[in-house]
Amino acid sequence: MNRGKKKSHAKEYAWGYAMIAPLVLGLGVFYFYPVFKVFFDSFHDVGAFNKRKWVGLANYQKMFQDPVMWQSLGNTVKYVLIIVPAVLIISLVLASLLNTGIKGRSFFRVVYFIPAVTMGAAIAMIWRWMYNGDYGILNYILNLLGLESVQFLSNTKTALVSISMVSVWSTTGYNMIILLAGIQGISKSYYEAASIDGANGINQFRHITLPLVTPTLFFVMITTLIGTFQTFDTIYMMINKNSIAMESTQSMVVYFYRNAFEYSKKGYASALAVFLFVIIMVITVFQMKMQNKWVNYE
Amino acid sequence: MRERKIKWGYVIIYLVLIVGILITVLPFIWMFLTSLKSQSEAVKVPPVIFPSVLRFENYSNVFTKIPFARMYLNTIISAVVTVVMQLFLCSMAAYAFGRINFPGRNVIFAVLLAVLMVPSSFFILPQYLIIQNMGLLNTIPALFIPNLFSAFGTFLLRQFFMALPDELEDAARLDGCNHFMIYSRIMLPLIRSGLVALGILTLRFAWNDLMWPLIVNTSTEKMTLSAGLSFMQGQYATDYPTMMAGAVMAVLPLLVMFAIFQKQFIEGVAMSGIKG
Repeated sequence: MNRGKKKSHAKEYAWGYAMIAPLVLGLGVFYFYPVFKVFFDSFHDVGAFNKRKWVGLANYQKMFQDPVMWQSLGNTVKYVLIIVPAVLIISLVLASLLNTGIKGRSFFRVVYFIPAVTMGAAIAMIWRWMYNGDYGILNYILNLLGLESVQFLSNTKTALVSISMVSVWSTTGYNMIILLAGIQGISKSYYEAASIDGANGINQFRHITLPLVTPTLFFVMITTLIGTFQTFDTIYMMINKNSIAMESTQSMVVYFYRNAFEYSKKGYASALAVFLFVIIMVITVFQMKMQNKWVNYE
Repeated sequence: MRERKIKWGYVIIYLVLIVGILITVLPFIWMFLTSLKSQSEAVKVPPVIFPSVLRFENYSNVFTKIPFARMYLNTIISAVVTVVMQLFLCSMAAYAFGRINFPGRNVIFAVLLAVLMVPSSFFILPQYLIIQNMGLLNTIPALFIPNLFSAFGTFLLRQFFMALPDELEDAARLDGCNHFMIYSRIMLPLIRSGLVALGILTLRFAWNDLMWPLIVNTSTEKMTLSAGLSFMQGQYATDYPTMMAGAVMAVLPLLVMFAIFQKQFIEGVAMSGIKG
Protein backbone atom coordinates (compact mmCIF):
# COMPACT_ATOMS: atom_id res chain seq x y z
CA MET A 1 0.00 0.00 0.00
CA ASN A 2 2.63 2.47 1.13
CA ARG A 3 4.92 1.45 -1.66
CA GLY A 4 2.22 1.88 -4.24
CA LYS A 5 1.53 5.36 -3.00
CA LYS A 6 5.19 6.26 -3.18
CA LYS A 7 5.37 4.95 -6.69
CA SER A 8 2.37 6.99 -7.77
CA HIS A 9 3.95 10.06 -6.18
CA ALA A 10 7.12 9.50 -8.14
CA LYS A 11 5.07 9.17 -11.28
CA GLU A 12 3.22 12.38 -10.47
CA TYR A 13 6.49 14.22 -9.98
CA ALA A 14 7.86 12.82 -13.22
CA TRP A 15 4.86 14.19 -15.13
CA GLY A 16 5.34 17.57 -13.51
CA TYR A 17 9.01 17.81 -14.43
CA ALA A 18 8.48 16.43 -17.90
CA MET A 19 5.76 18.95 -18.70
CA ILE A 20 7.73 21.98 -17.56
CA ALA A 21 11.03 20.75 -18.99
CA PRO A 22 10.86 22.23 -22.52
CA LEU A 23 9.84 25.66 -21.27
CA VAL A 24 12.32 25.72 -18.39
CA LEU A 25 15.11 24.64 -20.70
CA GLY A 26 14.26 27.26 -23.31
CA LEU A 27 13.94 30.05 -20.76
CA GLY A 28 17.17 28.89 -19.19
CA VAL A 29 19.14 29.04 -22.40
CA PHE A 30 17.61 32.16 -23.93
CA TYR A 31 16.73 34.25 -20.86
CA PHE A 32 18.61 33.16 -17.73
CA TYR A 33 21.97 32.40 -19.22
CA PRO A 34 21.92 35.78 -21.06
CA VAL A 35 21.47 37.64 -17.77
CA PHE A 36 24.77 36.24 -16.49
CA LYS A 37 26.34 36.56 -19.89
CA VAL A 38 25.64 40.29 -20.10
CA PHE A 39 27.25 40.87 -16.70
CA PHE A 40 30.20 38.71 -17.73
CA ASP A 41 30.68 40.48 -21.06
CA SER A 42 30.42 43.91 -19.46
CA PHE A 43 33.79 43.21 -17.78
CA HIS A 44 35.36 42.19 -21.10
CA ASP A 45 36.46 43.67 -24.32
CA VAL A 46 34.67 41.61 -26.96
CA GLY A 47 36.62 41.83 -30.17
CA ALA A 48 36.45 40.23 -33.60
CA PHE A 49 35.29 36.58 -33.60
CA ASN A 50 33.96 37.26 -30.09
CA LYS A 51 37.44 37.06 -28.54
CA ARG A 52 37.14 38.22 -24.96
CA LYS A 53 39.73 40.08 -22.96
CA TRP A 54 39.21 40.83 -19.28
CA VAL A 55 39.19 44.59 -18.74
CA GLY A 56 37.70 44.84 -15.26
CA LEU A 57 35.63 47.96 -14.78
CA ALA A 58 37.04 49.74 -17.82
CA ASN A 59 33.74 49.59 -19.74
CA TYR A 60 31.91 51.13 -16.81
CA GLN A 61 34.54 53.81 -16.35
CA LYS A 62 34.31 54.64 -20.02
CA MET A 63 30.53 54.66 -19.85
CA PHE A 64 30.31 57.15 -17.01
CA GLN A 65 32.70 59.46 -18.85
CA ASP A 66 30.92 59.09 -22.17
CA PRO A 67 29.01 62.30 -23.00
CA VAL A 68 26.98 60.51 -25.69
CA MET A 69 25.77 57.99 -23.09
CA TRP A 70 24.69 60.80 -20.77
CA GLN A 71 22.93 62.54 -23.61
CA SER A 72 21.14 59.30 -24.54
CA LEU A 73 20.08 58.86 -20.94
CA GLY A 74 18.90 62.47 -20.85
CA ASN A 75 16.93 61.92 -24.06
CA THR A 76 15.38 58.79 -22.59
CA VAL A 77 14.30 60.72 -19.49
CA LYS A 78 12.78 63.40 -21.74
CA TYR A 79 10.85 60.75 -23.68
CA VAL A 80 9.53 59.33 -20.42
CA LEU A 81 8.55 62.75 -19.06
CA ILE A 82 6.68 63.64 -22.24
CA ILE A 83 5.18 60.33 -23.29
CA VAL A 84 4.08 58.71 -20.02
CA PRO A 85 1.95 61.60 -18.66
CA ALA A 86 0.50 62.34 -22.12
CA VAL A 87 -0.48 58.71 -22.71
CA LEU A 88 -1.94 58.34 -19.22
CA ILE A 89 -4.01 61.53 -19.37
CA ILE A 90 -5.31 61.11 -22.92
CA SER A 91 -6.15 57.44 -22.55
CA LEU A 92 -7.86 58.03 -19.21
CA VAL A 93 -9.92 60.90 -20.61
CA LEU A 94 -10.95 58.87 -23.66
CA ALA A 95 -11.77 55.80 -21.55
CA SER A 96 -13.97 57.80 -19.20
CA LEU A 97 -15.71 59.55 -22.10
CA LEU A 98 -16.43 56.16 -23.63
CA ASN A 99 -17.89 55.03 -20.33
CA THR A 100 -20.57 57.73 -20.23
CA GLY A 101 -23.16 55.55 -21.95
CA ILE A 102 -22.77 57.21 -25.34
CA LYS A 103 -23.88 55.48 -28.51
CA GLY A 104 -21.34 53.78 -30.76
CA ARG A 105 -18.92 52.90 -27.99
CA SER A 106 -17.66 49.72 -29.61
CA PHE A 107 -17.04 51.59 -32.87
CA PHE A 108 -14.85 54.15 -31.09
CA ARG A 109 -13.06 51.42 -29.18
CA VAL A 110 -12.21 49.53 -32.35
CA VAL A 111 -10.95 52.58 -34.23
CA TYR A 112 -8.81 53.81 -31.34
CA PHE A 113 -7.21 50.39 -31.16
CA ILE A 114 -6.04 50.35 -34.80
CA PRO A 115 -2.55 51.84 -34.15
CA ALA A 116 -1.99 49.08 -31.57
CA VAL A 117 -2.14 46.40 -34.26
CA THR A 118 -0.01 48.38 -36.69
CA MET A 119 3.65 47.59 -37.23
CA GLY A 120 5.89 50.13 -35.48
CA ALA A 121 8.16 50.32 -38.53
CA ALA A 122 5.20 51.26 -40.73
CA ILE A 123 3.91 53.82 -38.23
CA ALA A 124 7.33 55.45 -38.20
CA MET A 125 7.38 55.54 -42.01
CA ILE A 126 3.94 57.15 -42.23
CA TRP A 127 4.79 59.84 -39.70
CA ARG A 128 8.19 60.47 -41.17
CA TRP A 129 6.44 61.15 -44.44
CA MET A 130 3.88 63.45 -42.84
CA TYR A 131 6.65 65.24 -40.91
CA ASN A 132 8.68 65.77 -44.09
CA GLY A 133 10.03 69.33 -44.02
CA ASP A 134 9.45 70.06 -47.71
CA TYR A 135 6.49 67.96 -48.83
CA GLY A 136 4.92 66.88 -45.57
CA ILE A 137 1.19 67.31 -45.11
CA LEU A 138 1.66 68.66 -41.57
CA ASN A 139 3.69 71.62 -42.76
CA TYR A 140 1.06 72.31 -45.38
CA ILE A 141 -1.58 72.40 -42.64
CA LEU A 142 0.62 74.70 -40.54
CA ASN A 143 1.01 77.02 -43.53
CA LEU A 144 -2.75 77.04 -44.09
CA LEU A 145 -3.14 78.19 -40.50
CA GLY A 146 -0.65 80.97 -41.22
CA LEU A 147 2.22 79.35 -39.35
CA GLU A 148 5.78 78.82 -40.51
CA SER A 149 7.00 75.42 -41.68
CA VAL A 150 8.81 73.31 -39.09
CA GLN A 151 11.70 70.94 -39.79
CA PHE A 152 10.15 68.41 -37.43
CA LEU A 153 12.79 65.70 -37.60
CA SER A 154 15.90 67.52 -38.78
CA ASN A 155 15.92 70.22 -36.15
CA THR A 156 17.58 69.28 -32.88
CA LYS A 157 15.01 71.36 -31.00
CA THR A 158 11.88 69.69 -32.36
CA ALA A 159 12.94 66.16 -33.29
CA LEU A 160 12.58 64.59 -29.85
CA VAL A 161 9.13 66.08 -29.29
CA SER A 162 8.04 65.02 -32.78
CA ILE A 163 9.09 61.43 -32.11
CA SER A 164 7.36 61.51 -28.72
CA MET A 165 4.10 62.56 -30.36
CA VAL A 166 4.23 59.49 -32.58
CA SER A 167 4.72 57.27 -29.54
CA VAL A 168 1.76 58.89 -27.83
CA TRP A 169 -0.35 58.45 -30.96
CA SER A 170 0.53 54.78 -31.26
CA THR A 171 0.16 53.67 -27.61
CA THR A 172 -2.85 55.66 -26.38
CA GLY A 173 -5.51 53.35 -27.84
CA TYR A 174 -3.96 50.24 -26.36
CA ASN A 175 -3.81 51.74 -22.89
CA MET A 176 -7.29 53.18 -23.23
CA ILE A 177 -8.66 49.65 -23.70
CA ILE A 178 -6.99 48.49 -20.49
CA LEU A 179 -8.22 51.54 -18.56
CA LEU A 180 -11.74 51.16 -19.93
CA ALA A 181 -11.79 47.57 -18.69
CA GLY A 182 -10.65 48.85 -15.30
CA ILE A 183 -13.37 51.51 -15.22
CA GLN A 184 -16.01 48.99 -16.23
CA GLY A 185 -14.94 46.83 -13.31
CA ILE A 186 -16.04 49.54 -10.86
CA SER A 187 -19.31 48.61 -9.19
CA LYS A 188 -22.33 50.45 -10.62
CA SER A 189 -23.73 50.97 -7.15
CA TYR A 190 -21.20 53.74 -6.42
CA TYR A 191 -22.44 55.72 -9.40
CA GLU A 192 -26.09 55.10 -8.54
CA ALA A 193 -25.55 56.35 -5.00
CA ALA A 194 -23.70 59.40 -6.33
CA SER A 195 -26.46 60.20 -8.81
CA ILE A 196 -29.04 60.10 -6.03
CA ASP A 197 -26.88 62.56 -4.12
CA GLY A 198 -26.90 64.77 -7.20
CA ALA A 199 -23.23 64.48 -8.15
CA ASN A 200 -22.61 65.50 -11.77
CA GLY A 201 -20.39 63.72 -14.28
CA ILE A 202 -17.22 65.59 -13.42
CA ASN A 203 -17.69 65.05 -9.70
CA GLN A 204 -18.36 61.36 -10.27
CA PHE A 205 -15.15 61.13 -12.24
CA ARG A 206 -13.13 62.86 -9.53
CA HIS A 207 -14.53 61.05 -6.53
CA ILE A 208 -15.43 57.60 -7.88
CA THR A 209 -13.79 56.76 -11.21
CA LEU A 210 -10.38 58.28 -10.57
CA PRO A 211 -9.70 56.78 -7.12
CA LEU A 212 -11.11 53.37 -8.02
CA VAL A 213 -9.27 53.05 -11.32
CA THR A 214 -5.88 53.70 -9.69
CA PRO A 215 -4.82 50.01 -9.64
CA THR A 216 -5.30 49.82 -13.43
CA LEU A 217 -3.72 53.23 -13.84
CA PHE A 218 -0.73 51.99 -11.89
CA PHE A 219 -0.39 48.95 -14.15
CA VAL A 220 -0.64 51.12 -17.27
CA MET A 221 1.89 53.56 -15.86
CA ILE A 222 4.47 50.86 -15.12
CA THR A 223 4.09 49.17 -18.51
CA THR A 224 4.15 52.47 -20.42
CA LEU A 225 7.17 53.60 -18.44
CA ILE A 226 9.14 50.43 -19.14
CA GLY A 227 8.02 50.48 -22.78
CA THR A 228 9.07 54.11 -23.20
CA PHE A 229 12.43 53.41 -21.60
CA GLN A 230 12.98 50.89 -24.36
CA THR A 231 11.76 53.01 -27.28
CA PHE A 232 13.53 51.77 -30.37
CA ASP A 233 11.37 51.36 -33.50
CA THR A 234 10.24 54.97 -33.88
CA ILE A 235 13.63 56.54 -33.21
CA TYR A 236 15.54 54.04 -35.32
CA MET A 237 13.17 54.40 -38.26
CA MET A 238 12.64 58.16 -38.14
CA ILE A 239 16.16 59.46 -37.63
CA ASN A 240 18.99 58.48 -39.97
CA LYS A 241 22.39 57.55 -38.61
CA ASN A 242 23.94 60.66 -40.16
CA SER A 243 21.14 63.07 -39.25
CA ILE A 244 22.13 66.13 -37.26
CA ALA A 245 19.33 65.23 -34.84
CA MET A 246 20.76 61.75 -34.22
CA GLU A 247 22.50 62.47 -30.94
CA SER A 248 19.71 64.64 -29.63
CA THR A 249 17.06 61.94 -30.19
CA GLN A 250 18.90 58.68 -29.58
CA SER A 251 17.58 56.77 -26.56
CA MET A 252 19.61 54.46 -24.35
CA VAL A 253 18.32 51.40 -26.21
CA VAL A 254 19.20 52.88 -29.60
CA TYR A 255 22.68 53.76 -28.34
CA PHE A 256 23.02 50.23 -26.97
CA TYR A 257 21.92 48.82 -30.33
CA ARG A 258 24.43 50.93 -32.25
CA ASN A 259 27.29 49.90 -29.98
CA ALA A 260 26.37 46.23 -30.05
CA PHE A 261 25.54 45.79 -33.71
CA GLU A 262 26.89 48.74 -35.67
CA TYR A 263 30.09 49.77 -33.89
CA SER A 264 30.78 46.14 -32.75
CA LYS A 265 31.57 47.17 -29.21
CA LYS A 266 29.82 44.29 -27.55
CA GLY A 267 31.58 44.60 -24.21
CA TYR A 268 30.72 48.28 -23.94
CA ALA A 269 27.17 47.59 -25.09
CA SER A 270 26.83 45.01 -22.30
CA ALA A 271 27.79 47.64 -19.74
CA LEU A 272 25.13 49.93 -21.22
CA ALA A 273 22.57 47.12 -20.94
CA VAL A 274 23.48 46.55 -17.29
CA PHE A 275 23.13 50.25 -16.55
CA LEU A 276 19.76 50.44 -18.30
CA PHE A 277 18.57 47.40 -16.37
CA VAL A 278 19.64 48.94 -13.05
CA ILE A 279 17.85 52.20 -13.87
CA ILE A 280 14.62 50.41 -14.80
CA MET A 281 14.82 48.27 -11.66
CA VAL A 282 15.33 51.29 -9.41
CA ILE A 283 12.40 53.12 -10.99
CA THR A 284 10.12 50.08 -10.77
CA VAL A 285 10.98 49.49 -7.12
CA PHE A 286 10.46 53.19 -6.40
CA GLN A 287 7.05 53.09 -8.10
CA MET A 288 6.08 49.97 -6.15
CA LYS A 289 6.98 51.75 -2.92
CA MET A 290 5.15 54.90 -3.93
CA GLN A 291 1.97 53.08 -4.89
CA ASN A 292 0.71 52.94 -1.29
CA LYS A 293 0.45 56.71 -1.44
CA TRP A 294 -1.99 56.88 -4.30
CA VAL A 295 -3.25 53.46 -5.39
CA ASN A 296 -6.45 52.20 -3.74
CA TYR A 297 -6.87 48.46 -3.58
CA GLU A 298 -10.44 47.77 -2.50
CA MET B 1 -32.97 74.18 -18.88
CA ARG B 2 -31.53 71.13 -17.20
CA GLU B 3 -32.22 68.92 -20.22
CA ARG B 4 -30.43 71.33 -22.53
CA LYS B 5 -27.34 71.33 -20.33
CA ILE B 6 -27.06 67.54 -20.44
CA LYS B 7 -27.32 67.55 -24.22
CA TRP B 8 -24.49 70.04 -24.53
CA GLY B 9 -22.36 67.76 -22.42
CA TYR B 10 -22.95 64.96 -24.90
CA VAL B 11 -22.16 67.19 -27.84
CA ILE B 12 -18.78 67.99 -26.32
CA ILE B 13 -18.08 64.33 -25.58
CA TYR B 14 -18.87 63.33 -29.15
CA LEU B 15 -16.82 66.19 -30.49
CA VAL B 16 -13.75 65.15 -28.49
CA LEU B 17 -14.18 61.51 -29.48
CA ILE B 18 -14.58 62.35 -33.16
CA VAL B 19 -11.48 64.57 -33.16
CA GLY B 20 -9.69 61.60 -31.59
CA ILE B 21 -10.95 59.34 -34.38
CA LEU B 22 -9.72 61.76 -37.04
CA ILE B 23 -6.27 61.99 -35.47
CA THR B 24 -6.15 58.19 -35.32
CA VAL B 25 -7.37 57.51 -38.83
CA LEU B 26 -6.04 60.33 -41.01
CA PRO B 27 -2.41 59.12 -41.03
CA PHE B 28 -3.62 55.77 -42.38
CA ILE B 29 -5.72 57.46 -45.05
CA TRP B 30 -2.76 59.63 -46.03
CA MET B 31 -0.55 56.56 -46.27
CA PHE B 32 -3.10 54.87 -48.53
CA LEU B 33 -3.61 57.94 -50.75
CA THR B 34 0.13 58.46 -51.13
CA SER B 35 0.58 54.80 -52.06
CA LEU B 36 -1.57 55.35 -55.15
CA LYS B 37 0.05 58.57 -56.36
CA SER B 38 2.82 59.21 -58.83
CA GLN B 39 6.08 60.49 -57.38
CA SER B 40 5.46 63.98 -58.77
CA GLU B 41 1.95 64.07 -57.29
CA ALA B 42 3.29 62.94 -53.92
CA VAL B 43 5.79 65.79 -53.63
CA LYS B 44 3.57 68.52 -55.11
CA VAL B 45 3.10 71.71 -53.07
CA PRO B 46 0.29 72.44 -52.30
CA PRO B 47 -0.41 68.73 -51.91
CA VAL B 48 -2.71 66.79 -54.19
CA ILE B 49 -5.24 64.97 -52.04
CA PHE B 50 -6.52 62.42 -54.55
CA PRO B 51 -4.30 60.87 -57.22
CA SER B 52 -5.43 61.63 -60.78
CA VAL B 53 -4.81 58.02 -61.80
CA LEU B 54 -4.73 55.19 -59.27
CA ARG B 55 -1.22 53.88 -59.65
CA PHE B 56 -1.39 50.30 -58.50
CA GLU B 57 1.99 49.71 -60.08
CA ASN B 58 3.49 51.22 -56.91
CA TYR B 59 2.39 48.02 -55.22
CA SER B 60 3.97 45.72 -57.78
CA ASN B 61 7.11 47.89 -57.71
CA VAL B 62 7.63 46.93 -54.08
CA PHE B 63 7.93 43.30 -55.13
CA THR B 64 10.51 44.05 -57.81
CA LYS B 65 12.60 46.45 -55.72
CA ILE B 66 12.95 44.17 -52.70
CA PRO B 67 12.11 40.43 -52.19
CA PHE B 68 8.80 41.40 -50.62
CA ALA B 69 7.05 38.08 -51.27
CA ARG B 70 9.84 36.24 -49.44
CA MET B 71 9.53 38.71 -46.57
CA TYR B 72 5.81 38.07 -46.39
CA LEU B 73 6.40 34.35 -46.25
CA ASN B 74 9.16 34.70 -43.63
CA THR B 75 6.93 36.84 -41.45
CA ILE B 76 4.01 34.42 -41.74
CA ILE B 77 6.17 31.39 -40.94
CA SER B 78 7.84 33.12 -38.03
CA ALA B 79 4.57 34.42 -36.60
CA VAL B 80 2.69 31.12 -36.95
CA VAL B 81 5.49 29.05 -35.44
CA THR B 82 5.91 31.52 -32.58
CA VAL B 83 2.20 31.55 -31.73
CA VAL B 84 1.64 27.78 -32.01
CA MET B 85 4.78 26.72 -30.19
CA GLN B 86 4.46 29.35 -27.49
CA LEU B 87 0.86 28.35 -26.80
CA PHE B 88 1.87 24.70 -26.61
CA LEU B 89 4.97 25.09 -24.42
CA CYS B 90 3.41 27.69 -22.11
CA SER B 91 0.12 25.88 -21.66
CA MET B 92 1.81 22.54 -20.96
CA ALA B 93 4.09 24.10 -18.34
CA ALA B 94 1.24 26.22 -16.97
CA TYR B 95 -0.83 23.06 -16.47
CA ALA B 96 2.01 21.42 -14.54
CA PHE B 97 2.63 24.53 -12.43
CA GLY B 98 -1.04 25.01 -11.73
CA ARG B 99 -2.30 21.47 -11.24
CA ILE B 100 0.48 18.99 -10.42
CA ASN B 101 2.20 18.88 -7.05
CA PHE B 102 5.89 18.25 -7.41
CA PRO B 103 8.82 19.24 -5.22
CA GLY B 104 10.28 22.65 -6.04
CA ARG B 105 7.27 23.70 -8.06
CA ASN B 106 6.72 27.07 -6.44
CA VAL B 107 10.39 27.92 -6.30
CA ILE B 108 10.92 27.15 -9.98
CA PHE B 109 7.82 29.15 -10.90
CA ALA B 110 8.92 32.16 -8.86
CA VAL B 111 12.36 32.07 -10.45
CA LEU B 112 10.82 31.97 -13.93
CA LEU B 113 8.70 35.01 -13.14
CA ALA B 114 11.85 36.99 -12.38
CA VAL B 115 12.37 37.16 -16.15
CA LEU B 116 9.39 39.51 -16.34
CA MET B 117 11.33 42.11 -14.36
CA VAL B 118 14.12 42.31 -16.91
CA PRO B 119 13.78 44.61 -19.95
CA SER B 120 13.75 42.62 -23.19
CA SER B 121 16.67 44.52 -24.73
CA PHE B 122 18.81 43.13 -21.93
CA PHE B 123 18.69 39.60 -23.36
CA ILE B 124 19.17 40.49 -26.98
CA LEU B 125 22.95 40.58 -27.26
CA PRO B 126 23.62 37.15 -25.71
CA GLN B 127 20.64 35.74 -27.63
CA TYR B 128 22.29 36.97 -30.78
CA LEU B 129 25.60 35.34 -29.80
CA ILE B 130 23.82 32.03 -29.08
CA ILE B 131 22.09 32.09 -32.46
CA GLN B 132 25.42 32.95 -34.05
CA ASN B 133 27.14 30.02 -32.30
CA MET B 134 24.38 27.71 -33.46
CA GLY B 135 25.20 28.85 -37.00
CA LEU B 136 21.65 30.11 -37.46
CA LEU B 137 22.21 33.74 -38.44
CA ASN B 138 20.32 34.55 -41.63
CA THR B 139 17.94 31.63 -41.30
CA ILE B 140 14.20 31.53 -40.68
CA PRO B 141 14.48 29.70 -37.30
CA ALA B 142 16.65 32.58 -36.03
CA LEU B 143 13.56 34.79 -36.31
CA PHE B 144 11.47 32.81 -33.86
CA ILE B 145 13.60 30.57 -31.61
CA PRO B 146 13.98 32.84 -28.53
CA ASN B 147 10.31 33.86 -28.77
CA LEU B 148 9.00 30.33 -28.35
CA PHE B 149 9.48 30.54 -24.59
CA SER B 150 7.48 32.97 -22.53
CA ALA B 151 7.33 33.42 -18.78
CA PHE B 152 4.45 35.86 -19.15
CA GLY B 153 2.40 33.36 -21.18
CA THR B 154 2.97 30.65 -18.59
CA PHE B 155 1.91 32.99 -15.82
CA LEU B 156 -1.24 34.03 -17.70
CA LEU B 157 -2.35 30.50 -18.59
CA ARG B 158 -1.61 29.13 -15.12
CA GLN B 159 -4.32 31.44 -13.75
CA PHE B 160 -6.80 29.82 -16.12
CA PHE B 161 -5.82 26.25 -15.24
CA MET B 162 -6.03 27.01 -11.53
CA ALA B 163 -9.58 28.28 -11.93
CA LEU B 164 -10.81 24.91 -13.26
CA PRO B 165 -12.60 22.59 -10.77
CA ASP B 166 -10.84 19.51 -9.34
CA GLU B 167 -13.78 17.22 -10.13
CA LEU B 168 -12.83 17.24 -13.81
CA GLU B 169 -9.44 15.83 -13.01
CA ASP B 170 -10.74 13.24 -10.53
CA ALA B 171 -13.21 11.88 -13.08
CA ALA B 172 -10.54 11.65 -15.75
CA ARG B 173 -8.21 9.88 -13.31
CA LEU B 174 -10.82 7.20 -12.70
CA ASP B 175 -10.99 6.68 -16.45
CA GLY B 176 -7.25 6.04 -16.43
CA CYS B 177 -6.10 9.29 -18.01
CA ASN B 178 -2.53 10.41 -17.37
CA HIS B 179 -1.57 14.04 -16.88
CA PHE B 180 -0.76 14.71 -20.50
CA MET B 181 -4.16 13.37 -21.53
CA ILE B 182 -5.96 15.43 -18.87
CA TYR B 183 -4.07 18.48 -20.05
CA SER B 184 -4.51 18.03 -23.76
CA ARG B 185 -7.97 16.49 -24.01
CA ILE B 186 -9.90 17.86 -21.05
CA MET B 187 -8.38 21.05 -19.74
CA LEU B 188 -6.95 22.71 -22.84
CA PRO B 189 -10.33 23.12 -24.54
CA LEU B 190 -11.67 24.71 -21.35
CA ILE B 191 -9.10 27.51 -21.24
CA ARG B 192 -9.78 28.57 -24.81
CA SER B 193 -10.30 32.22 -23.92
CA GLY B 194 -6.87 32.30 -22.28
CA LEU B 195 -5.23 30.67 -25.27
CA VAL B 196 -6.91 33.12 -27.64
CA ALA B 197 -5.78 36.09 -25.53
CA LEU B 198 -2.18 34.90 -25.37
CA GLY B 199 -2.22 33.94 -29.04
CA ILE B 200 -3.32 37.44 -30.03
CA LEU B 201 -0.77 39.20 -27.84
CA THR B 202 1.97 36.96 -29.24
CA LEU B 203 0.86 37.36 -32.84
CA ARG B 204 0.83 41.14 -32.46
CA PHE B 205 4.39 41.03 -31.16
CA ALA B 206 5.71 38.47 -33.64
CA TRP B 207 4.29 40.27 -36.66
CA ASN B 208 5.46 43.75 -35.66
CA ASP B 209 8.76 43.27 -33.83
CA LEU B 210 11.68 45.11 -35.39
CA MET B 211 14.91 44.94 -33.39
CA TRP B 212 15.41 41.19 -33.21
CA PRO B 213 14.74 40.37 -36.90
CA LEU B 214 16.86 43.37 -37.86
CA ILE B 215 19.81 41.95 -35.92
CA VAL B 216 19.75 38.27 -36.80
CA ASN B 217 18.89 38.37 -40.49
CA THR B 218 20.75 40.86 -42.62
CA SER B 219 20.16 39.18 -45.97
CA THR B 220 17.01 40.61 -47.57
CA GLU B 221 15.83 37.11 -48.52
CA LYS B 222 15.55 36.20 -44.84
CA MET B 223 14.06 39.42 -43.49
CA THR B 224 10.63 39.93 -41.98
CA LEU B 225 8.33 42.67 -43.25
CA SER B 226 9.33 45.00 -40.41
CA ALA B 227 13.01 44.73 -41.21
CA GLY B 228 12.15 44.87 -44.91
CA LEU B 229 10.42 48.23 -44.47
CA SER B 230 13.47 49.50 -42.65
CA PHE B 231 15.71 48.25 -45.47
CA MET B 232 13.46 49.78 -48.11
CA GLN B 233 13.49 53.13 -46.35
CA GLY B 234 17.29 53.04 -46.34
CA GLN B 235 17.44 52.26 -50.07
CA TYR B 236 14.57 54.25 -51.55
CA ALA B 237 14.22 57.06 -49.04
CA THR B 238 12.58 59.52 -51.41
CA ASP B 239 10.34 57.16 -53.35
CA TYR B 240 7.37 57.96 -51.13
CA PRO B 241 4.56 56.21 -53.07
CA THR B 242 6.45 52.91 -53.20
CA MET B 243 7.37 53.10 -49.51
CA MET B 244 3.77 53.79 -48.56
CA ALA B 245 2.60 50.90 -50.74
CA GLY B 246 5.03 48.63 -48.86
CA ALA B 247 3.76 49.95 -45.54
CA VAL B 248 0.12 49.36 -46.53
CA MET B 249 0.85 45.75 -47.49
CA ALA B 250 2.90 45.11 -44.35
CA VAL B 251 0.18 46.27 -41.96
CA LEU B 252 -2.81 44.91 -43.85
CA PRO B 253 -2.82 41.25 -42.70
CA LEU B 254 -2.95 42.16 -39.02
CA LEU B 255 -5.56 44.87 -39.65
CA VAL B 256 -7.73 42.32 -41.45
CA MET B 257 -7.27 39.86 -38.59
CA PHE B 258 -8.25 42.63 -36.22
CA ALA B 259 -11.33 43.48 -38.27
CA ILE B 260 -12.46 39.85 -38.02
CA PHE B 261 -11.50 39.17 -34.40
CA GLN B 262 -11.98 42.63 -32.87
CA LYS B 263 -13.71 41.29 -29.81
CA GLN B 264 -10.94 38.78 -29.07
CA PHE B 265 -8.18 41.35 -29.66
CA ILE B 266 -9.74 43.90 -27.33
CA GLU B 267 -10.66 41.35 -24.66
CA GLY B 268 -7.19 39.85 -24.84
CA VAL B 269 -5.56 43.21 -24.17
CA ALA B 270 -8.06 44.14 -21.47
CA MET B 271 -7.36 40.77 -19.83
CA SER B 272 -3.61 41.37 -19.80
CA GLY B 273 -4.31 44.44 -17.68
CA ILE B 274 -6.54 42.64 -15.21
CA LYS B 275 -4.69 39.36 -14.90
CA GLY B 276 -1.19 40.57 -15.59
